[in-house]
Amino acid sequence: MDGMTMLALFVLAAFVGFEVVSKVSTTLHTPLMSGANAIHGVILVGAILVTGQTTSWFGTTLGLLAVVLATVNMVGGFVVTDRMLEMFKGRSSGRPGGGAR
Amino acid sequence: MSVLSANWTAFFYLVAAVCFILALKGLSSPGTARRGNLIGAGGAVLAVVTAFLSEDMDHVLAILVAIAIGCAIGVPAARRVAMTQMPQLVALFNGVGGAAAALVAALELQHGRSFGWTDYLPGSQGHALLGAPGGIASAAGAFTVLVGCISFSGSCVTFAKLQELMTTRPVTIRGGQYLFGGSLLVSVALSIVIVVQGRTDIPDAWLLAVLALFSLVAGVLFVLPVGGADVPIVISLLNAFTGLTVAASGYVLNNTLLLVAGTLVGASGTILTRLMASAMGRSVTSILFGAFRPSTAVL
Repeated sequence: MDGMTMLALFVLAAFVGFEVVSKVSTTLHTPLMSGANAIHGVILVGAILVTGQTTSWFGTTLGLLAVVLATVNMVGGFVVTDRMLEMFKGRSSGRPGGGAR
Repeated sequence: MSVLSANWTAFFYLVAAVCFILALKGLSSPGTARRGNLIGAGGAVLAVVTAFLSEDMDHVLAILVAIAIGCAIGVPAARRVAMTQMPQLVALFNGVGGAAAALVAALELQHGRSFGWTDYLPGSQGHALLGAPGGIASAAGAFTVLVGCISFSGSCVTFAKLQELMTTRPVTIRGGQYLFGGSLLVSVALSIVIVVQGRTDIPDAWLLAVLALFSLVAGVLFVLPVGGADVPIVISLLNAFTGLTVAASGYVLNNTLLLVAGTLVGASGTILTRLMASAMGRSVTSILFGAFRPSTAVL
């Protein structure tokens, strides 16, 4: 892809990132951090693509290590975020009319 | 022969990127947070399936086994952790993500599968630079290794602090800030060497290894002076760092999804770090470097 197109994507994505979390409520700081953490686990895509092209056994080993680490980041991240939010739901269900359910 | 054409691959990556934006959006208000997280997970699964179908790959079975191992480690850890220990688990997940990004960028710089930048570099005449990553791609790669390693070792230290494997009080070594500055300076110098070399050739593997080593040291020294109560804010900052490394590795790999998702996390993580700091009535700089001020008690 063209270098300038990549730069444009970077700048626009940065603005979206700034904008989308600017009004987060204080209680959701930790789950949001955890959710964002899970999203950067998408490096798994990069790990898969790189490992699929390696030729040396050393490179393949490192690539597979990256796949394991990225999977832990992504899968674990989403699961732990869900558990945090489950806890929130339990707390807010005591309040009448609280929560989305 | 790959199953998906380049256009379909790009389309599914776009859908996944939109899922991530909706996930962040959903996570910022209580009513939609849980659904937002699920949308994010859906986007991630779509992205991984797309990656598998987008290219011809070797070692497919080994990769699938590696993913299964990752799930076998990550899911039980996330399921069984006590509520009070969640922040350090998030720190650990963030750290391994940074390490993965560093490994990916280092591998890509080494074998140079698809350097999209090569053709656009000023001075790249025909085949002269073919097989070399080019200046900007090597810069992005060196950045990924540098910051990814800082994120990994820094996250390990935050984990140790929160898990009370070490003292939660600020640890200040005599001259610690000079050691930190020094290791950072060496890392940046090595990165410059890698960029210069990357313009005409594939960077030496040992350079990347030494860069990783110094960055790991810098990450430890970066987090040591932070006190226990401020650690969550540092985790958020390191989370933003890892986001940026993922974005940079997207540059190296010429992959739009990694670029967009990493930038989203980098930007939202930066804002979140500032929000968390201001919720505690602190500024980010005072949290990071406050322990070096004379007013603070030195161990």
